[in-house]
Amino acid sequence: MSRKLRYLVPLAVFLLLAGLLFRGLSLDPKLVPSPLIGKPMPAFTLPRLQDPDATISDADLRGEVFLLNIWATWCTACRAEHDVLLQLARTGKVKLYGLNYQDQRPDAQRWLRQLGNPYVANAFDADGRTGIDWGVYGAPETFVIDRDGIIRHKHIGPLTVEVVNRDILPLIETLKSGRS
Amino acid sequence: MIPELGHFALILALAMALVLAIMPMIGSLSNTPSWVALARPLAWGQFTFLLIAFACLVNAFLVNDFSVTYVAQHGNTRLPNIYKISAVWGAHEGSLLLWAFILSGWTLAVALFARQLPDVMIGRVLAVMGMISIGFLSFMLFTSNPFARTFPVPLEGGDLNPLLQDFGLAIHPPMLYMGYVGLSVAFSFAIAALVGGKLDISWARWSRPWTTVAWVFLTIGITLGSWWAYYELGWGGWWFWDPVENASFMPWLAATALIHSLAVTEKRGAFKRWTVLLSLLAFSLSLLGTFLVRSGVLTSVHSFAADPARGLFILIFLCIVIGGSLVLYAWRAPNVTSGGEFSALSRESLLLGNNLLLIMITAFILLGTLAPLIYDAFGWGKISVGFPWFNTMFVIFTPFLVLLMGLGPLTRWKQQDAADLVRQFRIALLASLGAGLLAALPLLHEGSVYAGLAVMLSVWLTTTLLLSLRKRLRHRQGFGAFLKDIRARGGGSYYGMLLAHFGVAVFTIGVTFVTLFDVEKDVRMAPGETLELAGYTFRFDGVEKIQGPNYRADRGTLHVSRHGQDVAVLKPEKRTYLVQTRPMTEAGIDAGFFRDIYVSLGEALDAGSWSLRLYYKPLVRWIWLGGILIAIGGLLAAFDRRYRLAVRRDVAATAAPPGDALATEGPA
Repeated sequence: MSRKLRYLVPLAVFLLLAGLLFRGLSLDPKLVPSPLIGKPMPAFTLPRLQDPDATISDADLRGEVFLLNIWATWCTACRAEHDVLLQLARTGKVKLYGLNYQDQRPDAQRWLRQLGNPYVANAFDADGRTGIDWGVYGAPETFVIDRDGIIRHKHIGPLTVEVVNRDILPLIETLKSGRS
Repeated sequence: MIPELGHFALILALAMALVLAIMPMIGSLSNTPSWVALARPLAWGQFTFLLIAFACLVNAFLVNDFSVTYVAQHGNTRLPNIYKISAVWGAHEGSLLLWAFILSGWTLAVALFARQLPDVMIGRVLAVMGMISIGFLSFMLFTSNPFARTFPVPLEGGDLNPLLQDFGLAIHPPMLYMGYVGLSVAFSFAIAALVGGKLDISWARWSRPWTTVAWVFLTIGITLGSWWAYYELGWGGWWFWDPVENASFMPWLAATALIHSLAVTEKRGAFKRWTVLLSLLAFSLSLLGTFLVRSGVLTSVHSFAADPARGLFILIFLCIVIGGSLVLYAWRAPNVTSGGEFSALSRESLLLGNNLLLIMITAFILLGTLAPLIYDAFGWGKISVGFPWFNTMFVIFTPFLVLLMGLGPLTRWKQQDAADLVRQFRIALLASLGAGLLAALPLLHEGSVYAGLAVMLSVWLTTTLLLSLRKRLRHRQGFGAFLKDIRARGGGSYYGMLLAHFGVAVFTIGVTFVTLFDVEKDVRMAPGETLELAGYTFRFDGVEKIQGPNYRADRGTLHVSRHGQDVAVLKPEKRTYLVQTRPMTEAGIDAGFFRDIYVSLGEALDAGSWSLRLYYKPLVRWIWLGGILIAIGGLLAAFDRRYRLAVRRDVAATAAPPGDALATEGPA
């Protein structure tokens, strides 16, 4: 290697690294393929958040395309995505159910009173057992389930307007129009 | 109103930074002293406005101004005042403000304390720091404004992450940032020297104390972080090889290489290009760390909310700063004359070896940290790199590093006679081999080889340091020789070196012993039940409910005794913070010089019994003791009076003969 070229080596190494980092920006490290995708949703029967005496089960949700959002009042990212959920609910394009995960009932009820309630109904999973069945490893997570009760998509982390427009809504359109 | 003042102050600081980056630099190139002279007042102005901005954000937290989004997310009326202040840097926007504020502080410090430097040099250094400041201030103003308002105003804030509500973590980020940002001084000195094309010895001498101070802060920050993780995360670990930890460790390693390489450049005029490159590398690694933490390209327990837009901004900034500086390097470095010839066995060659080892370790950590990203980018699937990779690497490299650390102080500059060196370290070699064998023998079971190795390395390091001290004091008599030597020759950098290297010996022992010989037990205990662990008897006295300022907690009580003698009463807690109702463990620790006893409270089981985790951790304190010794050593070296004298001498006669500083240090 010529003497002058030698001094370009650090720059070349850096450019390689920068290329890698640029590629990394468009990848999501949290995107762990869920083994549940393409499988029927796990069965559950849980008390409702707003009415402890009534229950809600997977059978109540089945029948149309819907979203299941895993959330909790202790999760700050959930607060961040709450506005997006409200917007999404207002469009009326899809039904949104909630799974209130490892939370305190009064806290969760207060949260919905204060911040607004985008959910059709909420299941109250105090001990997190149902969450485990669903492979939840941190709130918030959002599942897309088709009309046959098959899980089609899972988003880990807070929903943003971009994610909804890019991933969620197009998928819902296809699921709604496709006769499967 | 006050948050708007803060916002406005930020904009003014950016304006100051813009002028600071441009005018003195152009002035220095076009020989316009009046433009160069702007650098100092601008450094003052920038600092003042960032101080105002910082004070405004602190105020917003103290008065619970939840109309500010950032305060609404991370503040809370019930938060104790000290955590209201530390909440300022508890998340993304505020920690950026802290970064920028500290950068302006370092800039001002250079403007104030480097009075003896030629104005042109100072102007260039401050201009480069101004350029870095532009990047951070515009990043803050355009993507992450800490003063953004929210409406409607919430009645209560989202509270500071409970993990961060701790004294250790309140001061950990400022220390770490002082280190990261401090490395920008070394970076700016290097760039200024490259721009001027004059890579002489005085450049290294100017840069050296600043680099050492930054390195000391980095050392303290990392040590604090490790100590915090130990007592706060509840499972007794002290280092996790998490990307964010690696992000702080890599600049530390590069800076460690740099302070050694600077020593060679200053004293012997050798390694000039290498030293410049290391100056660029150390700060580039701090910037890279910032990118990894903020952009969300890697998962980490420490990551702030990830945002690709922010990531892209930092990446562009990285390309400008690092890419630009490396272009400058490629352009200027070929013209630098190499100086200071040395033979294959000399202090220079040993320091070069030490540098290569440190950089190799850095490269392996970088590779390990980025491996998940590399795999993902090439579509090879998902992997995670954990303890085995990093620990194996350390076990391989550390012995060589310590071997060189022992030899270095005994070796002459320029040329060392091999037979003479062997004669010097003979005793140290025998002592360390003997001690290593002795340590390995009685523990003839799993891990004893490593324990023996660690003891051998530490004894080797300690004895060679003592030999070097004896050599230094050989012309002075009696018990007061040491004091006489300090009075006569100063030698802060020599004694700092001894202390820091001894810190490494202490650290090595601590790490090895706690890794090999800690005892851990997951148990279920009912009130009144007793249990034995590592010769200690633990009696569980049940759990009571207590109320803190902003949390509720279950607090367990355990009586620890040994041979019927009371040792300690431990009160581990499990806290539930009122706003972010995440459960938090507060371990109960009985700290000791030779061992810690560590208990963390698990879950409530039936009938008043609890799951508990008990640990016996031998010599764990030595890890942080080592870190503290290293930091103190660095401080001694940084404030060596030689620098002040030498700088004055430089001004008197700009061309100091190379190696004149040798008279005050080292076995000349």
